[in-house]
Amino acid sequence: MDVMQAVGPSVAPLRSLSPWPRLRAQARRGLILGVAVFILVMPALFVFLWMLSLALKPDVENTAYPPIFIPRSPTLDSFRQILDGSPIGRYTMNSAVVAGGSTLIALILGVPAGYGIAKSQQRGMLGFVLIARMTPALSYLIPWFIMFRAIGLNNTLTALVITHLVIGLPVVIWVMVGFFDGLPRDLEEAAAVDGASPWQAFWHVALPLGRPGIVVASLLAFIFSWNNFIFAVVLAGRETRTLPVLVFNTLTFERLAFGPLAAAAILVTLPVLIVTVLVQRQIVVGMTAGAVKS
Amino acid sequence: MGTRYIWFIAPAVIVTVAIIIFPWMFTIYMSLHDWQVTGARTFIGLDNYVSAFADRRFIAAIWRTGLYAVFSVTLPVILGTAAATVFHHEFPLRGLLRGIFIMPMMATPVAVALVWAMMFHPQLGVLNYLLKSVGLPPSLWVYSPNTVLPALAMVETWQWTPLVMLIVLGGLATLPVEPYESARIDGAQPWQTFVYITLPLVMPVILVAVVLRTIDALKAFDLIFTITQGGPGTASETLNIYLYLKAFSFYQIGQASAIVVIFFVMIVALSLGALALRERTRWT
Repeated sequence: MDVMQAVGPSVAPLRSLSPWPRLRAQARRGLILGVAVFILVMPALFVFLWMLSLALKPDVENTAYPPIFIPRSPTLDSFRQILDGSPIGRYTMNSAVVAGGSTLIALILGVPAGYGIAKSQQRGMLGFVLIARMTPALSYLIPWFIMFRAIGLNNTLTALVITHLVIGLPVVIWVMVGFFDGLPRDLEEAAAVDGASPWQAFWHVALPLGRPGIVVASLLAFIFSWNNFIFAVVLAGRETRTLPVLVFNTLTFERLAFGPLAAAAILVTLPVLIVTVLVQRQIVVGMTAGAVKS
Repeated sequence: MGTRYIWFIAPAVIVTVAIIIFPWMFTIYMSLHDWQVTGARTFIGLDNYVSAFADRRFIAAIWRTGLYAVFSVTLPVILGTAAATVFHHEFPLRGLLRGIFIMPMMATPVAVALVWAMMFHPQLGVLNYLLKSVGLPPSLWVYSPNTVLPALAMVETWQWTPLVMLIVLGGLATLPVEPYESARIDGAQPWQTFVYITLPLVMPVILVAVVLRTIDALKAFDLIFTITQGGPGTASETLNIYLYLKAFSFYQIGQASAIVVIFFVMIVALSLGALALRERTRWT
């Protein structure tokens, strides 16, 4: 329902038969809306375009004053410097293994759990998920750090996969409960009448229907794990660091090398940005699942 | 009905207990000890809590966290609500533009923090150039103790306004139609409709956004750590940064654990307070 359109101008035709005032009002509203949207999108667009501009400009242009917005002699040197001069290949692999592994385990545990919670209406479980979201990451990190040290898991990818479950599992459960809640009950009831066990009903009926929800849940779990910085900073060793740590290290050693810094930032976050714009509709659904209802 | 689904839920519960609940218990246990990473650990009761509150740096960090949170809850909630009313309209390319609008919250925080760090640079940064070009004096941004917290909160606002927008947008989509029809018949102005109908109706959803934002603002780490690491001096040392230094630079595990417990109690108390507020708005 359109809030602004529902009021005001549509009353006008009663007073005047000419279509012009109405059209003019519509045009003015369109203009205001256009300006508003432009103002809203501008800050995001500016920062990401500036990141791109920094990465594509040679050093001279990056340190020029006044700043040069559109690269005059664009170059890929900064990207080359990061690709050749840093262990980005290994870190990308680490990030993929950690995000992929933790997302997979989160799905195996979280999709059935989401189904069970939705079906048995165990809302208390969702409070659990909320508390997991409230807890500062550092409060897990201290005990984990001590425990992983004790069992020799520090500096391993296994430790990172396990800890990233803290990010992925709540997301998967949250999205899946919302999704299974919205599914029609008739199908599973029919399955139950036909003598299917809850497990069979889940496997043959709910799971195929739940595929869109699973896609959203895995995307979000993967992205949040990919983006995570703090766990890897503390728990990863030289060989097991993830991409955000690489970006951070580039920063501390080359504070003023704008080009390579921006190139590193782009290499890490570009996949996420592309996915975001491509599947924004699904992300919107996933991120707001539960927030509106509960 | 309840027990039929227990085997669906049990594995997730077991893992949650192992990776979340057990660490909490362990944290409380550690907070009662003089616990160094290496060497002896002795039971000292509540001494860690007492010394935490005696530590000026800890108290200062609490105030800074509060100030940072006030900025980074208020601004995103106001701007996000405004943005939601805009994106609630139909317009061409809405999907794409909404996708661009939510990019800041999906992008890797360390990567965007890095770009902001470069934009904040007093001489070479683009922000001071933009200020100058509209006739405003330059700022030291994150390089001055006086402006560092607002500057960081600005980045946090940039990053998290989209989440508030999405939540409020979801709320707007569920609003009933009838009040708007009555308002139209009564000849209400658009702003009247917004203030007297839309705002009260979406208030519960806005409060959800307030709660989430409060939790996330108190927990903020990546942005602050990447851009300033708590500096200049300790001017942006929030609780989370202080905690990180305590645990992983000074390795005072027992004291850090006590701070974690205090921090967590504060977050839960604030969240419950906000949720209670939300229950009350339902009746009005």
